[in-house]
Amino acid sequence: MARRSHVQTTLNGETVEFLCEPRQSLLEVLRDELHLTGAKEGCNNGNCGACSVILDGRLVNSCLVLGVETEGKSVETIEGVADPDKLHPIQDAFLENAALQCGICTPGFIMSAKALLDENPNPTEHEVRYWLAGNLCRCTGYDKIVRAVLDAAAAE
Amino acid sequence: MLENKEYKVIGTRPIRHDGVDKVTGRAVYGADFQAAGLLHGRVLRSPHAHARIISIDTSRAEALPGVKGVVTTKDLPDAGDKVADLGEGAVNLKHLCDNILASDKVLYKGHAVAAVAATNPHIAEEACTLIDVGYEVLPPVLEVRQAMEPDAPLLHEHLRTTSLGETAEEPSNVASHIQHKLGDPEKGFAEADVIIEREFVTGTVHQGYIEPHNATAHYNQDGQLTIWCSTQGAFTVREQVAEILQYPISKIKVVPMEIGGGFGGKISVYIKPVAALLAKKTGKPVKVLMNRADVFEGTGPTPASFIRVKMGATNDGKITAAEAYLAFEAGAYPGSPVGPGAMCIFAPYNIENVIIDGYDVVVNKPKTAPYRAPGAPNAAFGSETVVDEIAEKLGIDPLEIRLLNAAKEGDRRADGPVHPRIGCIETVEAAKAHPHYTAPNGKKHHGRGVASGYWFNIGLESSVTINVNSDGTINLIEGSTDIGGTRASIAMQAAEVLGIPAESVNPSVVDTDSVGYTAVTGGSRTTYATGYAAYEAAQDVKAQMIARAAKLWEVDAANVQFADGEFSSINGKEEQISFRDLCARLGETGGPIVGSGTVNPGGAGGAYATHVVDVVVDEETGKVDILRYTAVQDAGKAIHPSYVEGQIQGGAVQGIGWALNEEYIYNAEGEMTNASFLDYRMPTCLDLPMIDAIIVEVPNPGHPYGVRGVGEVPIVPPMAAIANAIYDAIGVRMTELPMSPDRLLKAMGKI
Repeated sequence: MARRSHVQTTLNGETVEFLCEPRQSLLEVLRDELHLTGAKEGCNNGNCGACSVILDGRLVNSCLVLGVETEGKSVETIEGVADPDKLHPIQDAFLENAALQCGICTPGFIMSAKALLDENPNPTEHEVRYWLAGNLCRCTGYDKIVRAVLDAAAAE
Repeated sequence: MLENKEYKVIGTRPIRHDGVDKVTGRAVYGADFQAAGLLHGRVLRSPHAHARIISIDTSRAEALPGVKGVVTTKDLPDAGDKVADLGEGAVNLKHLCDNILASDKVLYKGHAVAAVAATNPHIAEEACTLIDVGYEVLPPVLEVRQAMEPDAPLLHEHLRTTSLGETAEEPSNVASHIQHKLGDPEKGFAEADVIIEREFVTGTVHQGYIEPHNATAHYNQDGQLTIWCSTQGAFTVREQVAEILQYPISKIKVVPMEIGGGFGGKISVYIKPVAALLAKKTGKPVKVLMNRADVFEGTGPTPASFIRVKMGATNDGKITAAEAYLAFEAGAYPGSPVGPGAMCIFAPYNIENVIIDGYDVVVNKPKTAPYRAPGAPNAAFGSETVVDEIAEKLGIDPLEIRLLNAAKEGDRRADGPVHPRIGCIETVEAAKAHPHYTAPNGKKHHGRGVASGYWFNIGLESSVTINVNSDGTINLIEGSTDIGGTRASIAMQAAEVLGIPAESVNPSVVDTDSVGYTAVTGGSRTTYATGYAAYEAAQDVKAQMIARAAKLWEVDAANVQFADGEFSSINGKEEQISFRDLCARLGETGGPIVGSGTVNPGGAGGAYATHVVDVVVDEETGKVDILRYTAVQDAGKAIHPSYVEGQIQGGAVQGIGWALNEEYIYNAEGEMTNASFLDYRMPTCLDLPMIDAIIVEVPNPGHPYGVRGVGEVPIVPPMAAIANAIYDAIGVRMTELPMSPDRLLKAMGKI
């Protein structure tokens, strides 16, 4: 087994430390070392977006980032999106619009949508579709997801 | 009649009960499961599409530090030639076992050969590279017509064609031949003024669920086996594992975790028995996860097919005869969905003279698995394209010709059953009346197409238990894994009976030790059959509550009525108590109330859909864009309309992917060359417009609220609807799927 490196990062606003092998992706670190299983592995090669997280303000596939690369950086995951006593407007909009079926892609879509609305609070339908094109959903046909993100933008 | 019934809960759109867990990342899916001392498993897969296994040497893998156990086919009990019935029809047990871990031959690239358990997944993966397998490589057979040739290489030396009850003497790749015949097709064609006959080819496509297969297994010292996994049916996993491992079902508990999509692909087991074998060998819990390439190469896609359709009609549009030849690729072992394809192909029409021949053919590809209305989309691509061509030749509107020939109650399907009340006509009429169909459509390279589809839906067994809580809520215990919001649609049916809000029902999907037998979440059966069981369980609760009210008031139960959430006495005494208040008094009136409902309903009621699509074809690149899409479907009764729309939209979009992009691309050696989400191109949201879902409600007499299954039929029409739209746009009939840019350019004579 490769030697494990010590990493300190900011995760959902809290400082965390962990040990990981250099070959472990951020997705593996989140799921296997930190037990945050909200980010999902759908493909492990950056094509499905189910593992989307926000790294220093930028949307990334956590399967394409190494755990050791997060040293000194800030990571936002699905577990940090809601306040303790209320959901984020994007989460509310997903529930109101029935924008999930099986739910496996939902954390990734919510992170992508959050990154979009953080940057562009009033996107057009085309901008939403363009921004979310890196996230695959096989259940919904995307109609209700796109509506949910547009609704969340209007509500914010 | 059901038609005008007013409901309080049914037809509303409450927030789903598992929603908050799923938007916050808290929902626990199969791969999220953790256990102390967990080992990680990895499967070694065949690099060859067709080869004899000469030897397997696992010694180098076993010597790697961190490796705790290696299993091969030798760890499976001898299957002999037993035939197992696993609720999906009879299955040859040797085929089932050989698909879990290959014994004498590998029959597709990706076929599982051995598996390793190690202290972490990277070591397990490394150990797989240290397993030495000796192969004698054989020529692969990769296409159904090639496999049917008399001199084709044989996959199974023992396989003999069963044709209409007779078994052939010579071995063949054709496992079976079925035939349905109605009336006199020859006479029917003789009466026709127009006859169209066309051949169609469809590619191998995958369900494409985003969550790969997963399983964690553990044996207790007393031999109790527990499997935590994503599955469409915990009970079918229990049955399959019991058969494969020759282990009693009473010693197996299957715990269904949240499931990340299935569409039929998570009914068959692959790594679940492997995880169990590794757990047995190591004495530790073992988690086995597939990666995406494993999913494409090692799990069942839906078959490629060759189809020939011939239909004839009179000048006034009456279809007088229809003939179909369906040859489906089963994959490595027999069992393609050619049967359902043959049942569905002409079902939107009332045709007096029909003949349908179906062939189930093995090829060197993964054993196919169900995928949303299995078999029907392939078949409908052929028949609905031919109907469009007939309409064009006769100068009749394509929806009008469907109305002229529409199947209705009392008509006979070619394979035998007589239709009960169905909504075929109503869906076509709704499509015809929709503003989409009447909107202008005349621009260059723009086209509009329509197609219809049918799926018969199934019933099967479901069980529900309801525990009444003292605060006026109920806990609803069910065995149907929730893939698309069925906790809500099932809970709402119990809520309707008991006059309580949907939010007062707390639904739980539980393990196989904790609820009565429940068949898979599949066949569009869950809201129908498990909903029916919930209705029955709620009726049981209601009857027991009435008895308690009668006891409180010292009247006969016949003198208590229940309406709008209130119990009241009739005949004399003026007593009244709400459901909620009576729940608080169960202790004093006799103890807790548990209601139960078990069903195996026969009246699933078939579902019809008609889709309208506008496309634009890029003349330079051959790319087809979907401009507008309207999907009309009979839901019987939409319990939660948002999730019915979701099924329609999702099914339509899977169909759009199948129509335009998706296929397994093989090289000459039989290797799938596009086993990733980058190269197996499923639709993204940028590829699509909004999908307008129109729900028609023709209540199903076989369900107390009129529910019909809705999940499957929306994938049936899209391929033909898009092919018909492409024809409208560029004047070329596309007969091969997917209708990808290269095929369009060829069809337009550009390359």
